[in-house]
Amino acid sequence: MADIPGQKRKRKSRYTEDRNVAGAFEGETMTRRGLMTGGALAAGGIASAAFGLPALGFAVGPLFEDSEADLWQDVGPVSDFNTETYVPRVINIVPVIGEAGKTTVYVRKALPDDKSPSDKEGVEPLPMVAISTRCAHLGCPVRYIQASQRFVCPCHGGIYDSQGAVAGGPPVRPLDRFYNRVRDGRVEIGDRFSLNSKLERFKPRDPSNHLDGLWQYLYPSRPTT
Amino acid sequence: MKLPSPPLPKALRPTPPRPGENGDDNGAETKPGKAEKVKDVSVEGAAAAVGYVDERTGLSPFLRGFLYRKTPRGNTWFYTLGSATMFAFLSQAVTGVFLAMYYEPDPSRAYDSASHITNEVFLGELVRGMHRWGSTVMIILIFLHMGRVFIFGAYKYPREINWVIGVVLLVLTLAMGFTGYLLPFDQRSFWATVVGVNINASGPVMGPYLADFLRGGAEFGQSTLSRFYAIHMLLIPGLIAALIGAHLYLVSKLGTTAPPWLKAEKKNLREEAI
Repeated sequence: MADIPGQKRKRKSRYTEDRNVAGAFEGETMTRRGLMTGGALAAGGIASAAFGLPALGFAVGPLFEDSEADLWQDVGPVSDFNTETYVPRVINIVPVIGEAGKTTVYVRKALPDDKSPSDKEGVEPLPMVAISTRCAHLGCPVRYIQASQRFVCPCHGGIYDSQGAVAGGPPVRPLDRFYNRVRDGRVEIGDRFSLNSKLERFKPRDPSNHLDGLWQYLYPSRPTT
Repeated sequence: MKLPSPPLPKALRPTPPRPGENGDDNGAETKPGKAEKVKDVSVEGAAAAVGYVDERTGLSPFLRGFLYRKTPRGNTWFYTLGSATMFAFLSQAVTGVFLAMYYEPDPSRAYDSASHITNEVFLGELVRGMHRWGSTVMIILIFLHMGRVFIFGAYKYPREINWVIGVVLLVLTLAMGFTGYLLPFDQRSFWATVVGVNINASGPVMGPYLADFLRGGAEFGQSTLSRFYAIHMLLIPGLIAALIGAHLYLVSKLGTTAPPWLKAEKKNLREEAI
């Protein structure tokens, strides 16, 4: 349609009265009803957030806490252990809950071959090899069988060699180990660490988390560990 | 001001006297017997009570629409699977509430309290057994119900949203099974849950965080059991109850579908149109 001369096309006004909003007063850019509705919704939103956000933070808080118990646990004199076989010892990984927090750790003396690529020069390598029984597939407890020199998982058939490296079955990385030290002739077990297939040390990961190649970037290290 | 009197259910309406009853041959009323009087008074009392509630809540149109809605011809027993699932849920809810009166969600006490329920509490073995086997029954029923809806094509327009709600209910029910499995805290439930949580951890990027959320930390412990207990007891049952309400509302609003073997009288309609 052609423009009618002398009649300018109406531009959209910011005033509610010009826009023929019901109940609008002169000079208002927003109706009172609109303001009240918006205000009530905002107040309701703030009130819900006031209890919702703290509750949510409360529930997901443990994701961002380092819950690792920094303690060294005595597992007996050095003379209890040898380089030939693993000796099972019980330690407590969740100290506060008694029986249910206990786990087995397999300990033997380290050999020169057990040097990890992560060992720094000039730093004494770990005196013991302390292997966690937590299967790297889905976390069932593995058992060491001396005759075949293998760690065997009862759940899904994961098998590890005497170093804890994967020898067969579904696990994605070697068995975890624990830091350890010798104090006054007694062996002490510390925090857990994970290993990739070259036996390089990593911060502990959950079972089933890969640590090799590009896969490792899909399973980031978390604040809790 | 007199409000219009609400409609009465048929059973509560006073029956008019039959000819010859309470009257002589000419139809003139005789005095009713004592039994009839008691009956009349009780019927009137019940009617007054129903009327009192209905006048103040307007329940009767809702109930009439909900309970006396029209259903297509050819309904079969397959149509009861949804109600059966709901009754399985109600049974789980009731037995669960009473189990919670004896159960202690503490790693050092959980197993003892569960075996205390089974071995020492009066009828404990029955109630725990109902909850334990009822969970399996509920999952079987929910799958049968889902199969019925799928095979009958009852998920199609306009019932898609009800199908989606049903799928959410299925997932929540499976989550109930997963969280409830840990609670007896014996060797089987402990290691099964360790494996279940680690399956969550195997998901890329978010997996380890999800596992941390479920465990309440890096290691399986006290917080894991409390978390599973709270999720099993409070979070999921609330969601399930709310969603069952929505599910039923949509069923009553949209009605049920006729079974697929019932060919509607479309043939005649088409002939008429031509």
